[in-house]
Order: sequence, then structure tokens, then C-alpha cells
Amino acid sequence: MKENQKGVLEGKYKLSGNQACAEGAISAGCRFLGYHPITPSFEIVERYAQRCGDVDGVLIQMEDEISVLAAVLGASWTGRKAITVTSGPGLSLMLEHVGLGVMLETPCVIVDVQRGGPSEGLPNSPGSGDVMQARWGSHGDYELIALSPNSPQDMFDLTIEAFNFSEKYRTPVLIMADEAVGHMTDEVVISPPELVERKYYRGPKEKYLPYKWDKDLIPPMVDIGQGYKFHVTGLTHDERGYPVMDEYCQEWNVHRLIDKIRLYSDEIVRIEEEETEDADVVVVSYGISSQDAQNAVKRAREDGIKAGSLRLVTIWPFPEKQVTELARKVKTLIVAEMNYGQIFYEVERCSRGSANTVLISRQPSQVHHHEDILEAIKKV
Amino acid sequence: MKANPEDVFTGVYYIDGDVACAYGAIAAGCKFLAGYPITPSTEAAEAFVRRAPEVGALFIQMEDELGSIAAVLGAAWAGKKAMTITSGPGFSLMMENIGLGAALEIPFVIINIQRGGPSTGVPTRTGQADIMQSRWGSHGDYEVIALSPDSPQESFEFMIKAFNLAERYRCPVMLMSDECVGHMTEKVVIPPASEIEIEPRRFYKGPKEDYIPYKRESDLVSPIVKAGDGYNLYIIGLTHDERGYPISDEEALKKDLDKISTNRYLVDKIRKNRDDIIEVVEDQIDGAEVVVVSYGITSRVALKAIEQARSDGIKVGSLRLITVWPFPEKRIEEIAARVKGFVVPEINYGQVAFEVDRCSHGEANVILVPHGGASVHDPKDILGAIHRVASEKKRYENVIEYTTGLEMSVFGKRLAEIARK
Amino acid sequence: MEASKTLTIEKEQRHPMDELLRMDRIPHIWCPGCGIGAAVSAFAAALEKLEFDLDKVCVVSGIGCTGRVAGYIKLDSFHTTHGRAIPFATGIKLGNPDLKVVVFSGDGDLVSIGGNHFIHAARRNIDMVVICVNNFIYAMTGGQVAPTTPIPAYTTTSPFGNFEPPSNIPRLAEAAGAVYVARWTALHLRRLTESIVEAFQRPGFSVVEVISPCSMYYSRINKLGEGIDMLRFYHDNAIIRHGEPTENLDIDYQKQIIIGRFVDRERPTFMDSYRKWLSGAESISKEKVDEKN
Repeated sequence: MKENQKGVLEGKYKLSGNQACAEGAISAGCRFLGYHPITPSFEIVERYAQRCGDVDGVLIQMEDEISVLAAVLGASWTGRKAITVTSGPGLSLMLEHVGLGVMLETPCVIVDVQRGGPSEGLPNSPGSGDVMQARWGSHGDYELIALSPNSPQDMFDLTIEAFNFSEKYRTPVLIMADEAVGHMTDEVVISPPELVERKYYRGPKEKYLPYKWDKDLIPPMVDIGQGYKFHVTGLTHDERGYPVMDEYCQEWNVHRLIDKIRLYSDEIVRIEEEETEDADVVVVSYGISSQDAQNAVKRAREDGIKAGSLRLVTIWPFPEKQVTELARKVKTLIVAEMNYGQIFYEVERCSRGSANTVLISRQPSQVHHHEDILEAIKKV
Repeated sequence: MKANPEDVFTGVYYIDGDVACAYGAIAAGCKFLAGYPITPSTEAAEAFVRRAPEVGALFIQMEDELGSIAAVLGAAWAGKKAMTITSGPGFSLMMENIGLGAALEIPFVIINIQRGGPSTGVPTRTGQADIMQSRWGSHGDYEVIALSPDSPQESFEFMIKAFNLAERYRCPVMLMSDECVGHMTEKVVIPPASEIEIEPRRFYKGPKEDYIPYKRESDLVSPIVKAGDGYNLYIIGLTHDERGYPISDEEALKKDLDKISTNRYLVDKIRKNRDDIIEVVEDQIDGAEVVVVSYGITSRVALKAIEQARSDGIKVGSLRLITVWPFPEKRIEEIAARVKGFVVPEINYGQVAFEVDRCSHGEANVILVPHGGASVHDPKDILGAIHRVASEKKRYENVIEYTTGLEMSVFGKRLAEIARK
Repeated sequence: MEASKTLTIEKEQRHPMDELLRMDRIPHIWCPGCGIGAAVSAFAAALEKLEFDLDKVCVVSGIGCTGRVAGYIKLDSFHTTHGRAIPFATGIKLGNPDLKVVVFSGDGDLVSIGGNHFIHAARRNIDMVVICVNNFIYAMTGGQVAPTTPIPAYTTTSPFGNFEPPSNIPRLAEAAGAVYVARWTALHLRRLTESIVEAFQRPGFSVVEVISPCSMYYSRINKLGEGIDMLRFYHDNAIIRHGEPTENLDIDYQKQIIIGRFVDRERPTFMDSYRKWLSGAESISKEKVDEKN
């Protein structure tokens, strides 16, 4: 389905991160939002609700987060780009359907505006406690893509990026935002984006095989209602989409689903490096913490310390090669995150002993002050 | 304290892992099972329900897995040792409430008879791909304990271990079994009750007016009470302080939030006590050139490869994980410094292998022998990986994925070669 | 002579329903004596009568024996997660309202784990046809008790007899807001077909319950015979009472089963109300920041 340009904005706007996310979805051509109300994601829905009349979008509040993601997957199969927004407790409920989305290879975007956790946690405070859950939350083997915005402009841009990834790789994509970024207001430039659409099958109907993949490991897709009469299932399946219950089919299916992302991680990974060429100490961060980290690094440089900053824009797939290379050049990697250690473990793994790794963890709800990061840099 | 003889079906049995889990739970004093049918775990619930009346236990089949885990948390607060039994998709559905259980520090046990995934996957066949999920599945920070049995006998024994750990540390404990072990029928010896140690619930014994729900003892765990004893429990999943009261937004901004809220302890109580919790089985680690790290059914398959490799002249050691979480970081670190590398066979595309890699700090190579699921490894692949590690001259930059015979027979060549790369 | 003989034989071997079935997957996995096949036949016959553009009809199933239906019907079909066929179908219907959406699943899937979604889709009156095959048990997983199992039937998780009162699906559907509710058995194929036709013709949430034998578990564990014996039982004990108040439709163990068409009413559908709301919605006021800044 072609994306609808009607009602899409252009220009500079003063928006909160959440509002910018909604606009990003609209600019990306997303015309279906399913949600269940949860703090602090609700402003995304409010914005979309105000706008969906202009853009002929569909908005539905479902009875719980489980049905939300089911509805989003269903809508995606009709050719609409579809999104849902939630927070920690909601993402925990969506995990089974994340797996279904992976197995059916359904493009969709899930925005997790993280809050303090675990459990009900601190609904009105930011947190970064879901980043490992993003990677490993559902059962079975799978890879997926997760992005981490750190400003309203980022919320806009990365939402579009998320849709592009999800359409290209036919996979659910997560946006790991947080309450601070969601509620912070700033100027956002909205410009016509470069969009990626899903690869459609164009061959003869009788020859259509839903899971016959091309060399890029991605099978072309169709929409419901075009007469392909296809069948898809969450069971392990063959090219025809029919279930086959043996280890050969499992290998055929699952290995490709994993490699679809893993082999192409170079094209997916996005990072922002600042002043790392001659650094002794590099602060690795993502999300709202990255703003403070970048400030701390600037201050450290002013004080004569050779500090650098590595910001993860894609958290998953993790920038393994980049961190391994960086670890060889520097003495210490400081990981500043708003949890008790999650991405820290990946950084530790990829540094392979070449550099010290230090974690500055903050209780969820408390954004790092750049002074704390600065102090840690100086200590090292 | 010793197990209650009425709960222990002493004798020698020929039963499958699922049934052994049920008997083990009953022997541990579990009096409540809330579950929902899911292949391949249903036999465990069925075995439990058949024996429940004679031991005074209650079974309820809930409307779904969310209901099951919620009922388990409730039953635990009513003072019962409670558990649920599920598989991958059900496990995914339970994650929100697992987080609630972790945050409230409720002792409970979940049995996950893993199957092929992801999604609906291969319901009737095995997998080991929920291991990382057991650690990170719910949102926010918390720690869990996870055990991995390799036989019906261990399924029985580890259930007792699981309940004991749950009571001692007031945290979720997961028995990460798999369909192969669950449906495998073997001899199970159930000893007399006098030989089974049970950890009683650490009930608070002080005066009611002095009771502070999350005031900790030296091991960072708090004594618990139960509903109906007059403590006017206030149980809430919001981040809370020692009294169990939710933290207000203003307090959340204060610098010493870490001291006020209990969140820190959810991870620390396990991290601090990890040496008491972690259990591994080692074989010929001293002097080994290659160490095979495995768990569950795969460790039995690996035995064949290890035997062959040893007779091929390679010094192979084996580290079998009894506790998968907390992970034996220190031990892996120690071993990594002395060996050429690790071989990690697992029925997934890399989960524990990454932890082994992390704890090696670049000192040892790690080869993952993956398997999609729906059956177990071909020992030849594990053997091949052992040979490769033993003869490898260069240091790897990442975990290397071994190209298995299965991959070759399905794709004709390595998938990476077929892809555009 | 030989050539034309072969042609005739080929022609005779095609069944009218072949167009609607994934013949490359037949034989199916259902047990001998199971009633699901009958429900599928009735569905196929109904579609033939309705003469829809089959490209625009899609089927969503959940997990379970009936959940496998999606895999055998040659339409755009989805085998989704347990209990969530209805919300998945909701997404499809909202994504493309021109599609005709059918949810074909079992009692456990739709009314147990999926109960919440069943209630809400009925409340909203989403335009879809729900065919619920009720065999009183969780068959796919080995014969466990279901919320529809009558007292005091035996199942593997009620080995001493079920004591929980069972759900009354038509009553639940009516109370939640369904516009068309009917119940038939796997024996009453002709009437079941008619009902499915009517369900499609009614705009809104329509539910057709199909009482079905489960010869492998329910009737075997309870020593009720095989599928054919259950069909005989339905023949002798099912009474047609159109319009019967749904509170009288409880199913007791091996007693009379009341079947028929019970609810047939009109309510605005979800899409009708949604479109009305959307056309009245105001546009956002532009908040352009001065571009010179």
C-alpha cells in the first residue's frame, strides 16, 4: 500500500519527544496505531489521535497489550504500516507476539517509552531497564533491531528509521525511548523522508511461495486480499508457509531468521562517536543518558582529559566490531546506563579484555548528572 | 528441616522428566499448582493433579498463563509453596507477573519445559532457547535463579533445590528443563523423606508492631509473613521503600533513591550470595586445553564427543551448568586464562555462549555449536568444534559459530555463503 | 479411446470443495471421528452459496485442534497465537475494511485464554464471523479440562471428575453484544451451513458455536464411544429451539442440547461508529515555529 502523503507535515515545530514520535510515524506512512493506555507513552497516542483524521489513519485502543500487538500484526498484513506504543509492563505483555511477528516476518514498530522498573516501578520517571528485554524477552531464538533516541528530533528521525528497517528486513523493530526523552520538548525539523517499502512479490499467483527467500534472506511479501490465498503460521514452516515439525525445517527456518539480521548488522548498526580517535577513556551510553555523557566528555576535555563518547543509536544489533576496535585503542570504557547493568555486559564482552570496563549505574528514574560521569572519568 | 514423609513417594520409579518434576515439587512441600495446558509440559500438571488430593495440595487450571502466574503469586502470599509449569509461549506470557513476583520478592518456582521456538515453533520437540529469556524476560532490573536438569532424576532433585532456593532468597526460581528431558523415561530413585532437606519459609517472628516488610537480614533477604495473620500487608508493584510503600515522584528525584527504594536489593541479594547459589559439575578441567561448557540434555550428548576427543589425544575438560543463572562468571574467567578455548554446544543460536565469551575477557576462543531445535546435537559436530579449538592458532574477535552437519545438509553450504555477503 | 477415458476419471475425482481446500496438505491431522472436518465442510458450502470474491475472505485461527483449520483452507489464512485470533482479526479488519474476516477456532482458544478478547470484540461489534468449535476439552494438548467441560466429565486434569461450572458460549456472546448467535452440532450440517451464511450476512460480530465430538479424548476418556456414537447422541438429544433465551442454553453432561438460532439483532458496527467519529474529528492546529529563528 502506498503511503499517504495527505496531511503529512513539513517545517519546524516545537514538539515533545512523544509528539515527535507520532509525527515520525505519520511521515513514515504509518496509518495504523494500536495501543493500550500506559504512562508515559500516552502522548504519542494523543498526538496521533488528533492527526489521524488528516491522514486517514486508523487508531484503536485494545483491551490489553497482548491484543494490541496482535492487532498491529494483523493490520500490517493488510499492507498498512503499523505501530504500537507502550512502556515496560506493556512490553512484557507483548513478548509472545514479538515472537509471532518474528516468525511470520511481519513489519511493525513497537515504541517502548521506558519508565522506572521493575514491575509497576516508577511510571513518571525514565529508566533504561528494558534494553536486555528488547533483545531476549521473547522465547526461542531470534534477532531484532532496537533503536535508542535521545532527543525529540531523534524520536522523529529514528521512528522513520525504524519503519524503514522493519519494512526492509520484515521484522518487528523496537524503539527504546524513555520518559525523559518522551516528555522533553524541543524544536523538531520535519522534512520529507527517504522511505523504504516492503519487498512485494510480483510473480504469477500460482507460483507464490510465502517464505521463498532471495539472496538477501528476505522473502517477498503480499497483502491480504490480493488473491494469493497464502497461509502463514507461527509453527516452524517451509517455503509454502505450511508447518513442518522436524530439525531440518527448524534449521532452515530459524537459522535464516537469525542471519537475516546478523549477517547484515554492518548495514544496520548506527553509532555516534565523538573524540574517540585519541581518547584514553570513552563513555558508552544511549538514550537520555547519552546527553549527559556527551556533556561530561566535553567538560573532561576542557580539563585536559582525553575523553571520548560513544553513543549507541542502534542498541541491537549491538555494535560488536566497533566496541572491540575501540577497546583496543583506549584504556577504559565507562558505561553509563540507567539500570543496574545491562548493556554493560555486552560492552564487557566485546572489549575482550583489551580495556577496563566500568559501570556507572543509576537507579531507574535518575538520569545521570554529567558531574557524576565526569567524576567517574576523572577517577579513571 | 526434613521433608514431610507424606509428601515423599519414596521408591524406585520408571518415569519421565515431567512426572519427576511433579513428584519433586510435591516432595519439596509444594501445595499449589496453577497451570495451563501447553505441550510439552502437560504431563507434569497431570501427574501433580493425580497425587494432589493425597498430599493436600491444590491444583487449578487457569484460563491462561497470565492467570496461572498471578494465582501462583497470590497463593505464595497465602503462605503456600506455589509453582506453575509451562513452555516457551506460556513463559513469554508470564513475564509481566514474573517481574511483579521479583519486585515483591515472592518465593515461587516456574518450570519451563523448553521446546523449539520462536513463536509457536515446534511444540512437540526440544529446544534450549529460553535461557536468556529466563534472565532478562521481564522489564526492569532483577535477578533470578535458573537450574538446568539433564535427566528425570535431576528433574526430581532440582525441584527440591528450586523450592529451597526460592524460599532462601525470595526470588523467582526457574527450572529450565526441555522436551527431551521432560519426555525421556528413566529410572528415578526417590529417597526416604529423612534424606531430603527442605528449606522452610523464613517467616518473621518478631512483634507485629515492629514488622517492616523489607527490612533485610545479613544476607539481604527479608523475613516474610502471610496474608491472614494480621499484618495488614500492603503489596504493590510500584517501586517501594522498606515499608512496602510506593515512592513518590518527588522522592524519586532525590539523590539517595538507591537507599530508600528496595530496587538495589533485588539484584544485590543474588549477586552477593552467588557463591552459595552457583553450582557446576566439573570434569578434568585441570590441564585441559579445551573445555566444553554445556547444560541440560546437551551435556549428555556432549559426553560422547568428549570421550572421542580424549581418545583422539585432546585434553578436554567439561563444565556442566547446574545453575545457569547466576552464571559462574569467576570460574569461567579462571579457566579462560588457562585453556585454548571453550566449546559451547547448545540447542539455540547462541545464548550461554555469549556469557562464556564475556567472562573470558578475550583470553580464550569460544566456539558455539548451535542447533535450531526439534532434536539434539550430532556429537560429531561437537567433536569437530573441539578439534578446531584445540588446533586453532589465532585469537577470535567474537564467538565463532560452528558450521554443523545439519546446516550443510539443509542449505548445501554455509548460509552465510548463500546470502548476499 | 484411452485418452478420453483418463480425462473422465480425472474429472470425476475432483470434489467441489477442492477449490477451497489446500489439497497439498490433505490428509489433515484431525482424528477419525472428529467433528472439525464437518465444520469446515459447512463453512466451504456456505462460501459457495454466498458467492463472495474469495480473494477478499481471510481466515484467522488460534491454537488447538480447531486452530489448525486455517492451515487447510485455501484463502489468505493465519495460524496465530493462542487466544489472540480475534485481536489479530480485528487488526486485519481495521487495516482493510473491505476484507471479510472469519475467526475459526476452538472453545479453549476463544472462550478461555481468548475470553477477554471475545468479550471486547463483541462489545465493539467488530464485523467478523466467529466459528467456535466446542468439543468440551483441550484436545491438541492431550485432553485437559476446558471451561466448557460439563460436570462431572473426566479429563486428564480433572481425573476425579470436573466440578467447575462450564461456560455457556451463546449467553456470553449475547451478553457481550454479539448481533447473531447460533449453535448447531457437527451432525446438523445443512442448518450449520445456513447459519454460517446468515452470520456472514449480518453486519457485526456473529458467533456460530458448533458442538463437536472429540473421539480421541473427550468421548474416549468418558467412555462415550467414538465420533459416530456422539453424533447419534446429538441426533437423539439435540432439540432445535430458535429464539430460546440464552440463559437456558447451559450444556449438562450427556443431557439435552438446545440448538438453533438464538440472537439476531442490529447494532451499529465498529466501523460505522468509527467512521462517524473520524469525520467529526477536528484537525490539529498548526504550531509552526517562526522559521527565521
